[in-house]
Amino acid sequence: MLTNYLKLAWKVLLRHPFYTFITLFGISLTLTVLMVLTSFLDHLLGPHYPETNRDRSLYIQMMTQTDTAGTTQMKGPMSFRFLTDYVKSLQTPERVSISSVMNSSNAYVGSQKIKLNTKFTDADFWRVMAFDFLEGKPYNEQNIAAGDQVAVISDDFKKEYFGSASEPVVGKTIEIENVHYKVMGVVRGSPVTRFFTHAKVYFPYTAPKSNYQNTGFRGNYIAIVLAKDQSDFKAIQDEFYDRVSRIPVPQYEGGTKYDVLKVMNETYADNFLGTIMEGPGLRAVFLSIVGFIVFMLLGLPAINLVNVNVSRILERASEIGVRKAFGAPVRTLLWQFIIENLFITFIGGGIALVLTVVIIQLINHSGWIAYADLTINLTVFLVSVGVCFVFGILSGVLPALRMSKLKIVDALKG
Amino acid sequence: MIKLQHVEKVYRTSAIETLALNNINLDVQKGEFVSIMGPSGCGKSTLLNIIGLLDEPSRGVVEIGGRRVEKYRDRELAHLRNEKLGFIFQSFHLINDLSVLDNVEIPLLYRSSSARQRRALAQEALEKVGLSNRMKHFPKQLSGGQKQRVAIARAIVGKPEIILADEPTGNLDSAMGNEILSILQNLNKDGATIVMVTHDDAMAKKTHRLIRLFDGTQVL
Repeated sequence: MLTNYLKLAWKVLLRHPFYTFITLFGISLTLTVLMVLTSFLDHLLGPHYPETNRDRSLYIQMMTQTDTAGTTQMKGPMSFRFLTDYVKSLQTPERVSISSVMNSSNAYVGSQKIKLNTKFTDADFWRVMAFDFLEGKPYNEQNIAAGDQVAVISDDFKKEYFGSASEPVVGKTIEIENVHYKVMGVVRGSPVTRFFTHAKVYFPYTAPKSNYQNTGFRGNYIAIVLAKDQSDFKAIQDEFYDRVSRIPVPQYEGGTKYDVLKVMNETYADNFLGTIMEGPGLRAVFLSIVGFIVFMLLGLPAINLVNVNVSRILERASEIGVRKAFGAPVRTLLWQFIIENLFITFIGGGIALVLTVVIIQLINHSGWIAYADLTINLTVFLVSVGVCFVFGILSGVLPALRMSKLKIVDALKG
Repeated sequence: MIKLQHVEKVYRTSAIETLALNNINLDVQKGEFVSIMGPSGCGKSTLLNIIGLLDEPSRGVVEIGGRRVEKYRDRELAHLRNEKLGFIFQSFHLINDLSVLDNVEIPLLYRSSSARQRRALAQEALEKVGLSNRMKHFPKQLSGGQKQRVAIARAIVGKPEIILADEPTGNLDSAMGNEILSILQNLNKDGATIVMVTHDDAMAKKTHRLIRLFDGTQVL
């Protein structure tokens, strides 16, 4: 039966090539946009290089201090000291890494200026993250304790600074902001969209200008808490929030009195959403926006396709009449036309998959996003298959319902 | 085998009401070959559609194989059509996108049978109508007579007890028409009950019984 349906669906496609082209063009274009979007979201939020442990990590990025009247609010990253006192010493996580937010610096090769982002990190940063070391190794606790002026650089920076991608540079010296550092290692760079890891040069937090000794709660540092397992998240959060709740308030910082102290300890996705959308119910707002975009991208072309399908199916009224006359129940016919529509949608999905791969390769190689590594992985593929299925059902059910309810005698008249 | 009691069919629009069939009483026995005649618009096809469960009467009782069908739902009607009835239409109604063999298999798709069984039965039916050499052809590659023979093969493939033919020779020349009639006569000899709508007196004379309609009323 299924073979018969598919055979017929294929023949129907070949019957009007231009019509088919328009239909497939619409389906492919819609699905391509959705697949590229899914791939991009996966690139932003999924556990990818070097943040492959993202799915078992919690992020402490922002501290909010508010006065009693709620008129003054200070928000930003924390001091190294705060994170050492209240996060590094947590008992429930597997490991905690503290690193600075991205800083901007300049380096010079002759008279040529190189703009670069830098980060100050602890030694655990290299254990929590999964950087590929192309040369050398990361700095460790001994380097940090000794105050060694060392650095790990990205492969891009190596090429820019030393002019060669192939020659080893470990042991060589770089000069940044008039300070000399010995290169300890070269890593494959992290995409610019991964704010917690992207930099061209990484220094130990004891390096000059790191401000790690600042007193006060706020500063320039964030913490990434690696859990042994996702199931430990709750325990880690409870332990952390318990500690924060014991911090005596009011606190005085920068001459202002703050009565409320809030520090979030969240998963990457929640932290990401919190950064771009503040306030309560932000998840609902985000989901509503995503839902609306998906509806616009998926629903409107589906409605259009419904119209195309209705006229296309009604062309086959005589066939419907014959099938009913020879014993096809309404439900069987309904499935026949839904399967046919899914078949067409999945052909469109196949084309969209090819187009998506091409577009993703273009994005990855264009340099628009440094180190972009958009992929069609299993998640993206399964979402794409799901989208094809929903699209096929959306655009197929209504015409199939309308058609299957045709009276046999009317259908036979065409 | 087929019993109609006080059957009426009324077509209603907002402006007009047309009585297409008026108090039809009919009893067709198993193995009979009955023809229905009458001028255009007298209700012949409407009557055949009601017998074939393709349309429902406005009033009256229809019995097929001893089963009254007025309370049957879509699934039950579909099952009854599939098991008991085979249709032959004047304009063939073959699906142009399917091969001859696939067209003939259609009634079997709605039964529980394997692809191999379907294929074997369809081949057997096509052999019966002398078209076993055209199985892989498509309807557009066939003459009118050949198309009607495919339609007959489709009607008999499920071995129904009743064959309903709506002017099966209407689109064919007389030689081809006679050939089709002879196939129907052979099917009748093999035990099929046949009800045929025709305009052709000569054809009607070759059947066991003639029913004549005029303005929706049975006059013979």
